[in-house]
Amino acid sequence: MRLSAICFLGAAALAPILQAQAPVREIDYSAINPLKLPEHLYLGEVAGVATDSKGNIFIYTRTGTTVAAFGGSRTFTRGGSRLFEFASSGKFLREIGQGLYGFVFAQGVRIDPQDNIWVVDAGSNSIIKFNPEGRVLMLLGRKQESVNVPSEGGEIAFPRITGPQGSGVEGDNFNHPADVAFDASGNIFVADGTVNSRVAKFDKNGGYLATWGQTGAAPGQFNTPRSIAVDKNGDVYVADVNNHRIQVFDNNGKFKMQYTGMGAPAALCISPGAHQYLYSSDSNPSGTLDHGEIYQMELDGNIVGKFGRAGTQPKEFGMVNAIDCRNPTELFVGELANWRIQKVALHAKQ
Amino acid sequence: MKPLYTSCFVALISLANALPQGPPPQHLSRAQLNSKAKAENVPEIPYTSVPNLLKLPPNLYLGEGIGVATNSKGHIFVYTRSGETHLMEFDSKGQFLREIGEGLYGFLFAHAVRVDAQDNIWAVDEGSNMVIKFNPEGRVAMLLGRRPESLDGLLPTPAANAPTPPAKPYEFSRPTDVTWDPEGNIFVADGYGNSRVVKYDKNGRFIASAGRKGSEPGQLNLPHSITSDAEGNIYVADRSNRRIEVFDKDLKFKAIYDQVGMPWAVCVSRGPHQYLYSSNSNLDFNIAELNQVTGEIYKMELDGTILGKFGKSGKQLGEFSTVHEIDCRNPNELYVSEITSWRVQKLLLNSRPNTTSSK
Repeated sequence: MRLSAICFLGAAALAPILQAQAPVREIDYSAINPLKLPEHLYLGEVAGVATDSKGNIFIYTRTGTTVAAFGGSRTFTRGGSRLFEFASSGKFLREIGQGLYGFVFAQGVRIDPQDNIWVVDAGSNSIIKFNPEGRVLMLLGRKQESVNVPSEGGEIAFPRITGPQGSGVEGDNFNHPADVAFDASGNIFVADGTVNSRVAKFDKNGGYLATWGQTGAAPGQFNTPRSIAVDKNGDVYVADVNNHRIQVFDNNGKFKMQYTGMGAPAALCISPGAHQYLYSSDSNPSGTLDHGEIYQMELDGNIVGKFGRAGTQPKEFGMVNAIDCRNPTELFVGELANWRIQKVALHAKQ
Repeated sequence: MKPLYTSCFVALISLANALPQGPPPQHLSRAQLNSKAKAENVPEIPYTSVPNLLKLPPNLYLGEGIGVATNSKGHIFVYTRSGETHLMEFDSKGQFLREIGEGLYGFLFAHAVRVDAQDNIWAVDEGSNMVIKFNPEGRVAMLLGRRPESLDGLLPTPAANAPTPPAKPYEFSRPTDVTWDPEGNIFVADGYGNSRVVKYDKNGRFIASAGRKGSEPGQLNLPHSITSDAEGNIYVADRSNRRIEVFDKDLKFKAIYDQVGMPWAVCVSRGPHQYLYSSNSNLDFNIAELNQVTGEIYKMELDGTILGKFGKSGKQLGEFSTVHEIDCRNPNELYVSEITSWRVQKLLLNSRPNTTSSK
């Protein structure tokens, strides 16, 4: 007992020591809103932004209102989020998935190496894969049919498997999933999310492989895995936002290390290429203009620098929920609070 | 202090490595654990799935592929839970022809679509509690059941295991499917709430009802799909009892087929030699242990003799993701709709099993 108590105190004392490092370098940057919206088209909260290999920009946004319909003892929800594609010039190209069953509450969009478009919807508990043409290819998770109707009764009830909140579950029983990432073999990793506090791994065909994590603060546990990214070695980086840390796992979920010192990571991104960087946003919480910096890090956790702050003006950030870093010096950030994206150019050290 | 930190750090890392990877298995209900079919050593029927079957126009998407049926011209009808519930018609090549019933009062939460011998289109909606008959032109021809009035707001959810209120002749509780006998009498599977089969004459007048919630012969626990043969025998997918129940056209109980797992969808083909198909669909939450013992469709003689099976759980073309309805107008050209892949597949069965390989 005594040893473990000492260790606990020691670990608690360790965190501030790790954070007491040299001041973080400020990165010089500029930012523009690149989009030219057609008449009568508006973005709402930008939950997801991503680019494909051609530089086209995909935006998954909470816009319009989710509609709940009466149906006996049940409500059905629909609408409330839309997926748009813009050219790299900012010209509007098209909308994808009009009226789609799974578009309820946008949480994210990512593009895989084959330019497939992956939408994360926290309202329908679905991860939806579109091919580059914009047609649905694959689905993980399932939209909740209704409020619970115990129609089949007792031991032969037929629910999707649910455990106590934060206990971890199996399969694709997502509950407000937050993000999706891929490794070089096409395996799929889902950060699932505010309720389940776990990461789920699937093979490229959607076959369920593994799950890890539950609610907590110990290594391998999560207090809301909010964003997820995979490096070229297949290591998995999870933004454990309310534990104010990034946890790194190997490809099978074995805990490797954790990084602190970059605030509460709400959005992660790992750039491609020979020298990969990790970007993490210490996004301002709802109702505040605190924090807001985006950190550039080495994959080993060393902080290269930071830029930006919370605010409403150009170059400032309002609740960043997504970062695209296909080009490590030209980022796209999606903001919930400011209903926009910004294209951020990072300038080399003077 | 420094050595202490180091040793504690090592201890923490060891602790992390010792943590179990992933949570303990979740509780599965008995029905879920018993999803595996009893039938063994069933021959595999080779088959292929036609790629790019439905050509969807821009801005039109399928949702959960809940219902699929064909008419005498081979047109394909899809009843889908899209953003809103939609009924769509495609030609036999998969070209989109039209939408039927846009914004219809009874379209709330799709469950099944069937086409009768006169090419009328029947939609069963478990949200509005209605069975809607369209004529071949796509106009509403007859209605069974009634949508609850929205003025009443949301009806309270009954407590678990609360006694089922007595069923009414002309009201359904989450109905699931419809079929007909050769005289045109109508049989409705009703459904999640009432666990019964209701018979109406062709003009929609109540004749009889069979079954109530239970597991005794003749009782039902979630009649999820219903079909009929040329004699007017009625085959009911008694899903939560993991069996098919057979009734005659007067709804007299005849037989139980319980070798084929949990029947989500049943279908009887047409022609002089009729076959019965039943899908032991995989559940909708992607658990490998359950997917491995479910997902297959059985081909049977009408007397329940199992002839073969085909298919497995999965999301790729030719695999099945929670099959919800089967159309088997042609016994070697089946259409299946799936819940957890938003699609319809056309399956070409090899009529001579095991003579050529499936691709």
